Amino acid sequence: MTRAWAPTRGARRWLLGVVAAFLAASALSAQQTAVPNTARPYKAPRTPDGQPDIQGFWTNSTYTSLERPDGVTKTYYTPAEAEAAIKLAIQREGAQTEPGTTADVHYDFSQFGLDRSQSLFVRNLRTSLIVDPANGKIPPLTEEGKRRTAQRAEEQKKLGGRWDSAESNQLDDRCLIMAGPGPPMMDAGYNSNYQIVQSSGVVMILTEMIHDVRIVTLDGRPQPDAKVRQWMGVSRGRWEGETLVVETTNFNGKNPFRGSDENLKVIERFTRLADDTIEYKFTIDDPTMWTRPWTAESAMKKTVGPIFEHACHEGNFGLYNTLVGARLEEKKAAEEALKKGSK
Amino acid sequence: MRNRLLIGTTLALMAGWLLPVLTNVAAQTPAAQAPAYRAPRTPDGKPNLNGIWQTMNTANWNIEAHPAGPSPVRELGASGAVPAGLGIVDGGEIPYLPAARKKQQENYANRLKLDPEIKCYLPGVPRSTYQGMPFQIIQSTKHIMLIHEFAGAVRTVYMTDQTEAPADSWMGWSNGRWEGETLVVDTKGFNDLSWFDRAGNFHSDALHVVERFTPRSAETINYEVTIEDPKVFSRPWKMSMPLYKHVERNAQILEFRCVEFVEDLLYGHLRKQPAK
Repeated sequence: MTRAWAPTRGARRWLLGVVAAFLAASALSAQQTAVPNTARPYKAPRTPDGQPDIQGFWTNSTYTSLERPDGVTKTYYTPAEAEAAIKLAIQREGAQTEPGTTADVHYDFSQFGLDRSQSLFVRNLRTSLIVDPANGKIPPLTEEGKRRTAQRAEEQKKLGGRWDSAESNQLDDRCLIMAGPGPPMMDAGYNSNYQIVQSSGVVMILTEMIHDVRIVTLDGRPQPDAKVRQWMGVSRGRWEGETLVVETTNFNGKNPFRGSDENLKVIERFTRLADDTIEYKFTIDDPTMWTRPWTAESAMKKTVGPIFEHACHEGNFGLYNTLVGARLEEKKAAEEALKKGSK
Repeated sequence: MRNRLLIGTTLALMAGWLLPVLTNVAAQTPAAQAPAYRAPRTPDGKPNLNGIWQTMNTANWNIEAHPAGPSPVRELGASGAVPAGLGIVDGGEIPYLPAARKKQQENYANRLKLDPEIKCYLPGVPRSTYQGMPFQIIQSTKHIMLIHEFAGAVRTVYMTDQTEAPADSWMGWSNGRWEGETLVVDTKGFNDLSWFDRAGNFHSDALHVVERFTPRSAETINYEVTIEDPKVFSRPWKMSMPLYKHVERNAQILEFRCVEFVEDLLYGHLRKQPAK
């Protein structure tokens, strides 16, 4: 929908706040996502060609942060702690809409769908989505990883300030790509909705945000030439029993995931645990950047379709208007400086 | 015995060849020419349209017949020049209302400024089909996905859980049904922003598109479209063309995230200028 242009900027700021402060997750479906499964009595229905059926509309919206918040040492909250953490998170999410504040002028989080708590979200007792390393944190960078991170910051600086040009702005403000499609697929801040369709030899995942589609081939074909580089990489999948395993490489490195680079390999595991739940695990392997691979675990919950077209770029008045505004402010400042000079 | 078999086979083959030829004489549209091909079935028993498809024509330059012409961008020379085309509009000409034809001509004159394709906007329907890049059909019982390389445009065709369009959109709202061998896709709920081609042929938000996908061989589909839009056209009209299947073993839809390629064009004039 064309309203997309408005929330993107706030969504990023809001996400930062969420990541920094949120302590996440609740009791209701803890048994599905938080507790390791020893026995899996559930067997997914089958598609007409015999694959476990993971089709339908799903959401991975969650208040659980990827990394364990500072000061928290345990792996799981008690149900009461989890509820308290969610309450606090909802409060912070809504704080932007305080009447009279700039944030409130920008947009209203009580608008349906922007505040996660108004839609279905994944509840979890975990204190972080990261399950390995055990401390719930992204492992340290390699020396090369530090060098590349610094180099990237340098390159971004050369592009200028955020409002200097379209190219110097954030990927989501530019409607290039958002947090949803990945891989790995992450809570996008809002509209964290997906549609999965299966056919012979293929699984398709449509992300609502910027209508990003990933087509996972299941026919055992190799990855394309290393010169083929894509924002979302190239995904190859296979079924291991009840689990869809998807390996993605050939990233272009322009949409770093927590600082990843083009040598990133993402391994995702989708397992349907119940009619309304897909367990979603992913391992991040980028030996250029990190001293070891790391793994996170979340879930996708069945949600109500259909998904409407998200024509983000087509309605991106936000990017245009902020650039116009920035140039006007510069002009005004220059005129004032001139006036001062002539006095 | 052997000879009789040979003669019998020859006669049968001739009949098989003649019948379509004879039918052709009376046929007005390609659909009528279509031999009674029966497509392989999906596991749930429907004609199997899965695969990566593409058109082979110059319709994206102009859906009406047109001669070859120079490139609209001087620097591209012959590489950007317009190839001639026989047109894909049944009957040759689009039945515009008089004012609408005038608007199409204005669109054409200002096409470098106005054509949504240049801005990497979603292409609309049916332009997405013949825009020139491949698209993939992914078929399930409930939903049939049409996934286009250009701008990552995507359509969900609802086969079961059908509703009216909740709001207007670039790619419209598609409900589908099977009529024998043919997938019929009925699409409404368009905005008035997409074009049919680079020649400025256009529609309004009253556009109603009915597409018919009929397999005609293992690797071709007859694709027929009926266009209805009483605000722009004096009567419904049709386009038709074949779709060709990609048979390369490694064929896949690749990313064409063109937003990045048009930012300088769209926003370059708003770039901060170095202090003088």
